[in-house]
Amino acid sequence: MANEAAYKPGFWGWLNRRLPVEVFWRSQLSEYYAPKNFNFWYFFGSLAMLVLVMQLVTGIFLAMFYKVGENTAFDSVEFIMREVDFGWLLRYLHSTGASAFFLVIYLHMFRGIMYGSYKSPRELLWLFGMIIYLALMAEAFMGYVLPWGNMSFWAATVIINIFGAIPVIGPGLVEWIRGDYGIADATLNRFFSLHVVALPLLLLLLVALHLVALHEVGSNNPDGVEIKEKKNAQGIPLDGIPFHPYYTVKDIFGVAAFLALFAIVVFFIPTFADLFLEKANFEPANPLSTPDPISPSWYFTPYYAILRSFPSKGAGAVAMLIAVSAFFFLPWLDRSPVKSIRYRGWIYKTFLALFVVSFLGLMYLGLQPAQGTYVVLSRICCVPYFLFFILMPFYTRWDPVKPVPERVTAHG
Amino acid sequence: MTDVPLTAAPDVDEGRRKFLTVAASGVAAFGAVVTVIPFVESWEPSERARALGAPVLLDISKLEPGQMITTVWRKQVIYVVGRAQPLVDKLTKNDGDLKDKDSRDSIQPGYAQNEMRSRRADVLVLIGICTHLGCLPKSFFDPGDPVLGASWPGGFRCPCHGSRFDLAGRVFNGSPAPTNLSVPPYSFQDQHTLVIGLDGAPAKGAA
Amino acid sequence: MVKLAIVLMALGSLPLAALAAEPEAAGEAATPVKWEEWHAGNSIEDTSSLQRGARNFMNYCNGCHALKYVRYQRMADDLKIPTDVLSRDLVAPGSNALSYITTSLPDADAVNWFGKVPPDLSLITRSKGTDYVYRFLKTFYADPASATGSNNLAYPGAAMPAVLSDLSGVNDAVFRQDGGQKVFDHFANTVPGTLTPAQYDDFVRDTVNFLDYVGEPTQIERRTIGIWVVLFLVLLTWLTWLLKNEYWKDVH
Repeated sequence: MANEAAYKPGFWGWLNRRLPVEVFWRSQLSEYYAPKNFNFWYFFGSLAMLVLVMQLVTGIFLAMFYKVGENTAFDSVEFIMREVDFGWLLRYLHSTGASAFFLVIYLHMFRGIMYGSYKSPRELLWLFGMIIYLALMAEAFMGYVLPWGNMSFWAATVIINIFGAIPVIGPGLVEWIRGDYGIADATLNRFFSLHVVALPLLLLLLVALHLVALHEVGSNNPDGVEIKEKKNAQGIPLDGIPFHPYYTVKDIFGVAAFLALFAIVVFFIPTFADLFLEKANFEPANPLSTPDPISPSWYFTPYYAILRSFPSKGAGAVAMLIAVSAFFFLPWLDRSPVKSIRYRGWIYKTFLALFVVSFLGLMYLGLQPAQGTYVVLSRICCVPYFLFFILMPFYTRWDPVKPVPERVTAHG
Repeated sequence: MTDVPLTAAPDVDEGRRKFLTVAASGVAAFGAVVTVIPFVESWEPSERARALGAPVLLDISKLEPGQMITTVWRKQVIYVVGRAQPLVDKLTKNDGDLKDKDSRDSIQPGYAQNEMRSRRADVLVLIGICTHLGCLPKSFFDPGDPVLGASWPGGFRCPCHGSRFDLAGRVFNGSPAPTNLSVPPYSFQDQHTLVIGLDGAPAKGAA
Repeated sequence: MVKLAIVLMALGSLPLAALAAEPEAAGEAATPVKWEEWHAGNSIEDTSSLQRGARNFMNYCNGCHALKYVRYQRMADDLKIPTDVLSRDLVAPGSNALSYITTSLPDADAVNWFGKVPPDLSLITRSKGTDYVYRFLKTFYADPASATGSNNLAYPGAAMPAVLSDLSGVNDAVFRQDGGQKVFDHFANTVPGTLTPAQYDDFVRDTVNFLDYVGEPTQIERRTIGIWVVLFLVLLTWLTWLLKNEYWKDVH
């Protein structure tokens, strides 16, 4: 895009001769064309950015009062809750924000699966997204340890012990991660540094790459039709509309609606029935007493349920690893000629429906004690979960797809 | 399907569009400002700081003229000085040598903006921090001090850069310090109990 | 697909139904007493209940239990307790109104007498729930086999003795056999307390209410501010919806 603004008079011209502000505005917003048929599922990308900014800002302020250290951390969180003006609000925004982040991200990922947004030419976009997901899980895990409650301590103990399943280097690796013979002050301190500095920087970098990759190829849409294939005489996609003002105004509405729901939780149900702030974490870390029952936060429980379904520690760890990493391979597992679920057949829809049910089922089961029916059901749910990926190269080829339209079928 | 997905400009109701944009932006901007408030407020001294910065009670029943008690309030050094009446009466003699004899540029509560810079003649309460660069002035209460000269009326001298203050904490000409020693809020709960940090301590034992 | 969002919200609200508190009458009934279903039924908005609970705590609990995150003055401000009542009746000797609420029981003595240090109760209702604390205070019974002479249904083997038995009276726990299991049936009062069961129930409820406040003193402020924030955001959502629709008239 030519830098026309460089020739403008006054301050604006001066600025644009030194920084491509107007070029950026036009190429990324006012003359960046997005499909006109975005629906409800397309809110979650911008909402994820909103939640990221919110976690960064509330996190920065919390770090002004939080005191890292096994003897001070828990007390400092109560200090924030009681004695810092509006400290309770900073804390609840951050704790609710963490769960909101995962809710938004899971819906965002589901959109990608439904509409085949991971398929060519968007494979790299999907991979960046998956790496963001992994980084986010690490960030959330370490953040959860910082209050140094009893669940913080034992979640750290259990999750880090999983690394012990790696042959040969496992036990040494666990001790290296911990920096001590058990979860200790050393672990807390390094998690603080990683959670506050390293991972946020990494997340920002990855999100930037994710957006650049997106803008390079342009967004997919609910019909899976490539809008760049049909352009008018000016080179503008026929089914495209400028992101600004149409999607800026739509996303601002999405933000307002999301914040209204978010505020209901923050101000009225911040613990969200023990899902966002567990009861056990209101007791200080106690190396001599494991909480009963114990489970990770809800956003980890699908994988936790898979881990617990396998009787052997090694098999469970491997299964969990496959369960998470399977998503990375979707662009290549999916052999369907069709992108969007709207034009897929009953075979794919069945597998996807069973996958969703089993994912949600595993999420619920992971929150329950590992006994009796719960274990049986977890094992049953593992089947559609893994088969969704393992059989995908086959059923996506056999799936009776419908004809894909030339142009998009609606507008948002 | 049309070739151009967007409506041409003349068909757009610009008036309604502008009104809604302004209304929504206004409400959103109000929300943004209100959202900033908790973050800014969180920087205010916490309840712990306020508790530690609570008023300090001091028993001055044993305070003799010429004697000084040093204490701390809100992380600042406080000087409490006993003054003999004759020395208080002589304070006006210093007026010609003072930078700010009426304490117009100096910091003190209303009840201390007088000649003796205090509520009571016999007790002087000052923030013991030199108004130049923050050192703690030393007491030289005896008139005619060997170091400060025969005409020295009694007061304070700062060791760092030589600023001198009289027995009401007022700064002498020739001192690097620009203003008089500041006076903190204080009051008397009763004859012998000084409350530093509170302008109006309730009288103890009042009906 | 909006349905999915609705379903998720509905699923999320199910646990909320379980949080509804209903006051329960205590007592010795002929049918098995289902103590596990008792609810505290306290109301944080009831300031006079909180004041009574504060008094109860200082008189009966503070001897062994601290509230180390709570300052006397802050509690007095929130509960609208006058300053003179605070210093005269509530502040422990040696503390002042601005200090945190500690206990005078030395740790070493506690371990000697009870085998463990009585836990700080600042967060007890957040970590165990108000219902649990309510049930705990109402299910002490005489047990000659235990070191303290008493036991507790909610926390079997509790190291804490039945310190409220003056008020509640001394109860025996009557068990019955149910398919080979020893199951609690009802309490039988052996020594009457100075309070009637209804009065003792109120005593416990007030104390639990106070501990609920202590667990999160900012909760009233939180809900009050919350109403305004949510209403504002609903307004903003409506305005931005209108704005979005206006601009999207362009799109065909």
